[in-house]
Amino acid sequence: MNVLGFVSDFFGDSAHWHGYDGIPHRLLEHVQYSLLALALAAAIGLPVGLVTGHTGRGGNALALLATAARALPSFGLLVLMAVLLGIGLVPVMIPLVVLAVPPILVTTYEAVRSVDPSPVDAARGMGMRETRILFQVEMPVALPLILSGLRSAAVQIVSTATIAAYVSLGGLGRYIVDGLYQRDYEKVVGGATLVAVLALVTLAVFWAVGRLVVSPGVRRH
Amino acid sequence: MIRIEEVTKRYPDGTVAVDRLCLEIPDRAITVLVGPSGCGKTTTLRMINRMVEPSEGAIYLDGADIRRRPVTALRRSMGYVIQNAGLFQHRTILDNIATVPRMLGWGKRRARERAAELMERVGLDASLAGRYPYQLSGGQQQRVGVARALAADPPVLLMDEPFSAVDPVVRKGLQDELLRIQDELGKTIVFVTHDIDEAIKLGTRVAVLRTGGRLAQFAPPAELLSDPADSFVEDFLGADRGIRRLSFFPSDGLELTTDPVVRAGATAERTGGFGAPYLLVTDAQGRPLGWSRPQDLAAGGADPGRLLPYGRPFVPGTDSLRAALDCAVLSPTGWAVAVDSGGRVTGVVSQQTIGEAIRGAHAGERAAGEVAR
Repeated sequence: MNVLGFVSDFFGDSAHWHGYDGIPHRLLEHVQYSLLALALAAAIGLPVGLVTGHTGRGGNALALLATAARALPSFGLLVLMAVLLGIGLVPVMIPLVVLAVPPILVTTYEAVRSVDPSPVDAARGMGMRETRILFQVEMPVALPLILSGLRSAAVQIVSTATIAAYVSLGGLGRYIVDGLYQRDYEKVVGGATLVAVLALVTLAVFWAVGRLVVSPGVRRH
Repeated sequence: MIRIEEVTKRYPDGTVAVDRLCLEIPDRAITVLVGPSGCGKTTTLRMINRMVEPSEGAIYLDGADIRRRPVTALRRSMGYVIQNAGLFQHRTILDNIATVPRMLGWGKRRARERAAELMERVGLDASLAGRYPYQLSGGQQQRVGVARALAADPPVLLMDEPFSAVDPVVRKGLQDELLRIQDELGKTIVFVTHDIDEAIKLGTRVAVLRTGGRLAQFAPPAELLSDPADSFVEDFLGADRGIRRLSFFPSDGLELTTDPVVRAGATAERTGGFGAPYLLVTDAQGRPLGWSRPQDLAAGGADPGRLLPYGRPFVPGTDSLRAALDCAVLSPTGWAVAVDSGGRVTGVVSQQTIGEAIRGAHAGERAAGEVAR
C-alpha cells in the first residue's frame, strides 16, 4: 500500500462522508477550533502590536516575550493544561493561542513601526489625531505585513489544532490519533491530508482577503 | 502676523536648537528661514504648528498665543508641506488632497470637488486624480503635497524644505509655480530651505540663521545681498552676490539703440554708415538672425551661415539687469539683444551701457537709502 492508495481509499469510503465521525463534521470542528483560537490570538496580538508599533515603545520587551512563547512546546502545554484544568475546550485553546500570538504581535509591531515616517509627520502636522493616524495612515500601509502575520499564525493553528484530539476533543486530529491507536494508517494519512488541504485553503483565503482589503497603491510595493 | 518672541528650544541633552529667536513674520508674504544644517530652521518652523514645543518664549498668531488653541485646530488652520511630500500611498491623488477637508467634516463629494480644483491650481493634470502616489514623479508628488496643504484654504502655509529632493530643473518649475500660486492666493508662507539661491528667489523676507539657532540677519533678499550683516551672512551668500543682486534691478531703464539693426535684404543702402563694428541682421518680421561685419554684408548680403550668433536675447521690463548683463557677456560682439514678448528686436545695448546702468542703479539705491534714514 502506498500513500496515494491510502488517500484514495480513505476518501472513497462513503462511510467517511457522514455521521459524527464523518469528514464534514470533523472538518467543521477543526475550522471552529482554528477560528476561535485565531480570533483570541488576534484580539490579544493586534491591539498590543498596533499600539506598541505606533508609539515605538516596549518593542524589546515584546520581542523577548514572543521568543519565550515560541519556545513553549504546544503539546507539553496542552498536557499541562489538561492536568491543571481538566478536559475541555479551554486547555486546548491556551496552547493554540500561545502559539499564535507571537507571529501576530511581532509582525504587527514591526509592520506599524516600519511605516515611512514622513506621511505620519505630514498627517500629524495637518492636525490629524493619533488614533486616526494609526488607523488611517499607518494601518493601511502596514496591512500586507499584518496580514502575513495573521496568515502564518492561522496556518500554524490549523496544523496544531490536531492536538485537540489527544484530550478527547474532535477535529481532524481525531483521524490521526484514532488511526494511530487502531493502526489504521488509511485513517492517519487521510486525516493528515485533510489538515494539509485545510492549511492550503487558509493560505488561499488570506490571499483573497489581501486582494480585497489592501489598497492598490500599497499592494504595488 | 506670526510673532516669534524670545523663543528658545533646548533639548534634554543640553543642545540648544533655537536660541532666543525673535521674528515677525508678515502676512501674505513668503518668509524664508535659511541657514546651514543645525541652525534650527526646521525646529523653528515646527514650533509654529506645535510639532515642537518651545522651552522658553512664546509664539503669537494674530496676537494670540498659539498655545491657547487646541493643537489640532491650530494645525488645521495651517497648511503643512514637507520634503518628499509625505503622501498617503494607499489613497488616490484626489483623496490625498481631500484629507483636511474630510477631517473638517466636509462631505465626500464637496471635498473631492475642492481637491479637483486644487489639482488644476497647482498644475496637475486631471487625469492623475485616480492614480496612486507611486505612479507619480517626485515633482508631481510635491505638487500634490502643496495642493493637499492648500485644500482647506488655510491662511498660513508652512513648508519644510519642500523642493530639496527633486532635480534642479523640476525644482525651478516648482519654485515658479509657488510664486504664481502665491500671486493668486496671497498666503502667509513660512518656507525653510538650506539653499540660499532658493531663499533669494522665493523670499519676500529672508531670515538667515546661524548654527546654534541664532538669527544672523532678517531682511529682504536685495538688502541681504547689498548689506550682509556680518561675515557669516556674507560667506553664506557666496562669492558672486554682486552679480546675483542685479536680479533685483529692472532692465527697462536701459537705453537701447536700433542704429546697428538692419533687415536682411534691405542691407545695401545701410551698410557701414554708422561706424559700428557689427550690425544685427533681422528677418522680415524683425526677429534676430545674427551679427555681421558691415563689410561682409556689403560683400555677400545676409548669408545666415556666415552670421555670428546673437546669444540669448532679453526682454526689457520682464528680465532683470542681471539677465541683460548675461546676454551681453554671452554675445560674441559684447552687445545684448533686446526683444519684445513676440521675439522681435526692439534694440541692442552694449556692455558699457549696461555697466553704466548698474552703477546708476546702485547710486539710486544708496540715495533712496539716505532718504529713508
